[in-house]
Amino acid sequence: MADKGYLPKEKIKEFVEALGKDAAVYAPSLEGDTIIFRQYSPDKEIALDRPANTPPKGAIYPQSETLFSFEFKKDQATPQKMDVELKADLDFPKAVVFGGRPCDARGFTVIDRVFINPEASDPYYERRRENTTIITKCCNGPYAGCFCVGVGGGPASREGSDVVMTEVDGGYYMEAVTDKGKAAMSLPMVQDGASYEAKAKEANDRATAAVRNPFAQSAEKVNAELFDSADFWDKVIAKCVSCGACTFLCPTCYCFNITDEQGIMTGERVRSWDSCMFQHFTLETSGHNPRPIKNKRFRNRVGHKFYYYPEKYEGAIACTGCGRCIRYCPVSVDISEIVGYLRDPKADPAQWAAEKKDAKN
Amino acid sequence: MSTQKLKEIITKVLPDVETVICWQEGFDKLNVTPIFITSPEQVEKVVWNAACAQNLASYLPSQKKKVAVVVKGCDSRTVIQYMQEGLIDKDNVVVIGMPCKGIISKKKVQKAINNEPVEEVTYTDDSIKVKTPSGEKTIAIKDVWPSKCATCQYPTPIIADHLAADAIQSDKPADSVYADIAELEAKTLEERWAYFSSQFDKCIRCYACRNACPMCVCQDSCIAETRDPHWITQRMNFDEKLMFHMIHSLHLAGRCVECGECERVCPMEIPVAKLKKKINKEMKELFDYTPGVNPEDKPPMFVFNVDEAKIKEHKL
Repeated sequence: MADKGYLPKEKIKEFVEALGKDAAVYAPSLEGDTIIFRQYSPDKEIALDRPANTPPKGAIYPQSETLFSFEFKKDQATPQKMDVELKADLDFPKAVVFGGRPCDARGFTVIDRVFINPEASDPYYERRRENTTIITKCCNGPYAGCFCVGVGGGPASREGSDVVMTEVDGGYYMEAVTDKGKAAMSLPMVQDGASYEAKAKEANDRATAAVRNPFAQSAEKVNAELFDSADFWDKVIAKCVSCGACTFLCPTCYCFNITDEQGIMTGERVRSWDSCMFQHFTLETSGHNPRPIKNKRFRNRVGHKFYYYPEKYEGAIACTGCGRCIRYCPVSVDISEIVGYLRDPKADPAQWAAEKKDAKN
Repeated sequence: MSTQKLKEIITKVLPDVETVICWQEGFDKLNVTPIFITSPEQVEKVVWNAACAQNLASYLPSQKKKVAVVVKGCDSRTVIQYMQEGLIDKDNVVVIGMPCKGIISKKKVQKAINNEPVEEVTYTDDSIKVKTPSGEKTIAIKDVWPSKCATCQYPTPIIADHLAADAIQSDKPADSVYADIAELEAKTLEERWAYFSSQFDKCIRCYACRNACPMCVCQDSCIAETRDPHWITQRMNFDEKLMFHMIHSLHLAGRCVECGECERVCPMEIPVAKLKKKINKEMKELFDYTPGVNPEDKPPMFVFNVDEAKIKEHKL
């Protein structure tokens, strides 16, 4: 099996259809002006020329999934007695995520650390992840708001991918990263690609140089004192409208809610994405809410990605710089700007308490 | 010109209020973002250009002290609707009006420049010049404005304590406002269903449309998430998405000020304002009521009349 290949653009559909013979292929499809990862079918138009509005996260970690279904059963002989029968289906088909970006693929590695580990693995995520091959398209350049190079990634990063492809000469130079990737590249429409390698590297270097790094001049660590300053958060997120666009478009956000969606005698226990920007996220049964205001909720979102997660996972940042939360924020909140303030070696909470300090964004 | 005037007004108003809410430059030149001005040094950051799309009046009900807000003509309807519904005390709000000839839809501009990153944008009265890595492009504002601008009836704020530029008269015919809805109504039921189901199927339930909506007042008790009542499940399927959008629309019957925020903020580019506009059209025909144009009006769903001129059932 070759680990360097080339796929002409006109063969994309054929390649995806071949992958789809024994797997569900999730590809960015154009619907109106929106690009969404959908399970491929021949009526869908694959769009690779810009990053999709949504990340492909849902292919492995669905926005809502049934953990198990349940059915209450009455015993005819003793009507007081009620049994409940549970059914779980963990038989997931093979899948391919085709045409995500390097930031999208790296997003899975962030979720992996939490959902696949020796202490407590999540069988739903783990099995889907094992069954999925990730074929990633490297970026030709940056898009509004994105900053992958600032968080350890890049427009040609291989982390999380099984195959990476770079646009060259009317097609894509493909490189296998894993054995799973090699297997996908053994399909007959993939030609030999060794002669494109140098050109692809050049394209990737060009793209990498063009991406902004918002943290170039700052410390690695978050200033704990500023992080704990209510004045700081009051000022940087006064404009936030507390919707969940940033979290639901994020390739790394993994927090979930569990609800029983029940009829009379049957129902399902459903796990669905939750958003820490919502008031209900930390609402406790008692009625107490440890994060009752948006200032505390936003602090948690930034802290989780750039402070707590790195502390727990050897410095790894839970953000891949895809830029979607910036690009699609209703009020243009810029997380890279906020983290920039927090990592400023000269960060001074007293300054933020003073009236005239204000976030640029 | 008018930016300078706007800054002067803000400087003048600032000592009497806690905050002035305005726009400043955002993460790139195509984006502006709100600024909450509390001191004179910040006034320099104020911008006024065709990117100032966000309806800043939406922040008013959550303000605890006296504030000033900069509004365009369309945004001023929000202020009036808040007054009608008792959601703000006008004595605590200073309205700075910005007459406006049309703003840009960021999504339409991005499409016009092939989604390339924006390096520089120059704004003039009726066009924008956008610089991207592949060159410069001049785009007429009317080619990239949101649909609300194409039929704008209120280019000058209807209510304002200060005006930052000369008033402008609308040159758009009044009967053009609901032309897009009439077009939809002319389609068959099947066509409309196909249209709306393909659109709402894109929804990711992020509730940006709800949270950006100035008139969504249920806030943290929205039925989209409550378990009691449990009207919508957390399953990610089309029925739940549609149900949420239907309820959102019905809650805005005769209240929607057509600011278009729901549609502007949708990350999935769903035309979510269409349903709301359709209901507004019905309300206009039934009650001859236009939301947000006269502070003395009462929204039709806030009053009960035994006899309604245009509802026959009541005259049995």
